[in-house]
Amino acid sequence: MKYLDEYRDGDLAQKLAAEIHRVTTKPWTIMEVCGGQTHAIVKFGIDELLPQKITLIHGPGCPVCVTPLEVIDQALEIAARPEVIFTSFGDMLRVPGSTTDLLSVKATGGDVRIVYSPLDAVKIAAENPAREVVFFGVGFETTAPATAMAVYQAAQKGLKNFSLLISHVLVPPAIEALMSSPNCRVQAFLAAGHVCAVMGYEEYFPLVKTYRVPIVVTGFEPLDILHGILLTVQQLESGRAEVENQYVRAVSRGGNQPAQDLVKKVFKVVPRKWRGIGEIAQSGLGLSENYAAFDAARKFKVTDHHVEEPAECIAGLILQGQKKPHECPAFGTRCTPEHPFGATMVSSEGACAAYYRYRRHAAAQPWRPHERA
Amino acid sequence: MCLAIPGKVVSISGDDPLVRMGRINFSGIIKEASLAYVPEVQIGDYVIVHVGFALSKVDEAEAQKIFEYLKQMDELGDLKEGAT
Ligand code: SF4
Repeated sequence: MKYLDEYRDGDLAQKLAAEIHRVTTKPWTIMEVCGGQTHAIVKFGIDELLPQKITLIHGPGCPVCVTPLEVIDQALEIAARPEVIFTSFGDMLRVPGSTTDLLSVKATGGDVRIVYSPLDAVKIAAENPAREVVFFGVGFETTAPATAMAVYQAAQKGLKNFSLLISHVLVPPAIEALMSSPNCRVQAFLAAGHVCAVMGYEEYFPLVKTYRVPIVVTGFEPLDILHGILLTVQQLESGRAEVENQYVRAVSRGGNQPAQDLVKKVFKVVPRKWRGIGEIAQSGLGLSENYAAFDAARKFKVTDHHVEEPAECIAGLILQGQKKPHECPAFGTRCTPEHPFGATMVSSEGACAAYYRYRRHAAAQPWRPHERA
Repeated sequence: MCLAIPGKVVSISGDDPLVRMGRINFSGIIKEASLAYVPEVQIGDYVIVHVGFALSKVDEAEAQKIFEYLKQMDELGDLKEGAT
């Protein structure tokens, strides 16, 4: 497949890795923000190609992982109502709430449906005027334009039976929160390419200036990630801290203007709690006043759930890069993708699940692309 | 959910930019995606698609650059070897 296979070429990857070895003289700690990159790094064994001096930390960039337990509980409460058709991306279905998950609600009679696109939920609402259709709007800036379009089209069509349980999150405030924490060990970031495809990378210039950290906008294929790491290390080694764009084939500095415009129209920036990290100011999107009628939490008056995370789960530390999944005592024994304690085990983009899938039988193998795909 | 992948636009329907849809070929699997956010895209272009929306058009020339860079690295390597 064009734009896919050629970026997985093992020989070229080795070449980039050799160049990284050549330029690295000091120890560096780099965080890949996006769960998609974490998945690729662990799947293709990219970290094993790197010099030992380089430590990759897996960041909070998995929306499934950072959706707070309270919101999952609200989803479960709404999904259990008889008049509701609850629609969601597939990967939210097994995320454990305090007591159960959406899949179990479905098994006990709840009308829970997996959709590929938020527009599918709008279609279901149009076809089922007697039912209440709720879409679980989670995700980063990448997903927000899709959710925004769903709300916009529902409003245009005058659909009164469509609403959103929304827990959208924004990446730059999370990077800032990580950087300003006194425990922060991260010296540079690979920024998430697809988030930047939407938002551009203007927002990173002040961060680079304030915290003196290189931020390199990076794609998702092995060659992209290695190239992103190379650019990052070159900056670190030469004492520079700049915004750089590795993923030029899909990302422009200004991003996608029509998408940003609609997101701005439908949503407003709000404070948001991140599972495992806590509340971050101005780090989420909520419906703007004009579209408040589409707010499912208001419509169904869901209660404020008080929740406690399983005491054993150290997902919070993992999301902040202070621990690796296999350092968790429950990893792979009491906590597995079949019986996840924390959300980082549920989503394939979560660090715990990625390690479980590709690293459980730890013996590092040399990288042979395609074989482990 | 965050997975966004490149695919080739094989057909386009709808004139209104907001409801313009494309059929996208991902290695033989054809799926529909909204082209509302990429008004410039034409049949034959490659787009990055995420949850049913094309988010950006893949820039052919830029896509080649990393391979040119790697090639240059090779040539430099050859030069160095030749010098010793
Ligand atoms: S392995 Fe399970 S219990 Fe441990 S941090 Fe990961 S999700 Fe939490």
